[in-house]
Amino acid sequence: MIGPIIPQGVIAPEWNHVIGLLLGMGFGFVLESSGFSSSRKLAGVFYGYDFVVLKVFFTAAITAAVGIMILTSLGWIDSSLIYVNPTFIHSAIIGGVIMGIGFIMGGYCPGTSLTGVAIGKIDAMVYTVGMFFGILFFSQIYTFIEPIYNAGAMGSIKVNEILGISGAMFMFLLIIVALAAFYIVGLIEKRVNKSDL
Amino acid sequence: MEIKDTDKKKNPYLNPYVGGFLLGLVLLLTFYMTGRGLGASGAVKSAVVTTVNTVSHDYATTSGYFSQFISDDNNPMNNWLVFEVLGVLIGALLSGILSGRLKFSIEHGPRITSRTRLIFAGLGGLAFGFGSQMGRGCTSGAALSGMATISVAGFVTMLAIFGSAYIFAWFFRKLWI
Repeated sequence: MIGPIIPQGVIAPEWNHVIGLLLGMGFGFVLESSGFSSSRKLAGVFYGYDFVVLKVFFTAAITAAVGIMILTSLGWIDSSLIYVNPTFIHSAIIGGVIMGIGFIMGGYCPGTSLTGVAIGKIDAMVYTVGMFFGILFFSQIYTFIEPIYNAGAMGSIKVNEILGISGAMFMFLLIIVALAAFYIVGLIEKRVNKSDL
Repeated sequence: MEIKDTDKKKNPYLNPYVGGFLLGLVLLLTFYMTGRGLGASGAVKSAVVTTVNTVSHDYATTSGYFSQFISDDNNPMNNWLVFEVLGVLIGALLSGILSGRLKFSIEHGPRITSRTRLIFAGLGGLAFGFGSQMGRGCTSGAALSGMATISVAGFVTMLAIFGSAYIFAWFFRKLWI
């Protein structure tokens, strides 16, 4: 069946939520098994003692991106129905910087905090309560933020379009960057962990 | 400075590259099924919208931000992401049970108390929650899922999150090392 399945309405809508639940289970299981329920493991990427975040994140993004390309070229997926999140350059940068501060203070991002909650991390529970109020606070001052929030709209643009190269070429380059990064962080990890013994 | 807990020796974590590959497959399957990626902060937003809507429907429908997500026939808790996130909780719980990591605990660095950890966990969540609305999604929905479609938003958000955390890591080093 040519994907994506749900947007084409080929299966009964009642199944959408079951599919969501199952995919979420896969997501949560892999995150927890990889160590993402531990804030100290996650924070390691910023101090050089554990690069699990970079390794998992980079590998996952590349696997999915290459997979989408392969399925598209095989005609198994209709790429025009794939949602490419639109770029609002100002809010993406400002939001990202604020999220980075939240990451280093809290040790979690929203998805990983939920895996921490699931296995009983009380700090993760407090984090999610904080998240709830952070979102509430955003909504309260939205009127003031709206001009920045909607500024710099670039549409659903892709990185390779800006660079003027094909998607496949971009992925090829990204894989080389990833392999170099994996090698370098391996060396850093060894050095940092040895110096502390 | 490796994290040496007993859990790790008994039940090692998945190899990160294997974990990343499996996560990529889950993400790919999500795109194949739904046409979009995975998310997390969106479900928390739905919870906030539902709470506000329950407390004061009039307020929620006039709020510039919330009114976008409310319609009379469609409960915001009903959306796909909420079920996906319930799945995340169940999946992580299963992994925790299988690996023997299920335990109430407060995880913190050696130089801070549990109380300090909880205060900063709350503040971190507050900042990340705020930032995730500003950036139209978090590490999952905006950065990871965006990168899977090679979107500029995905890569810019990822670089901004990690770049910023690296810059501020020095100020908060006492929390972790």
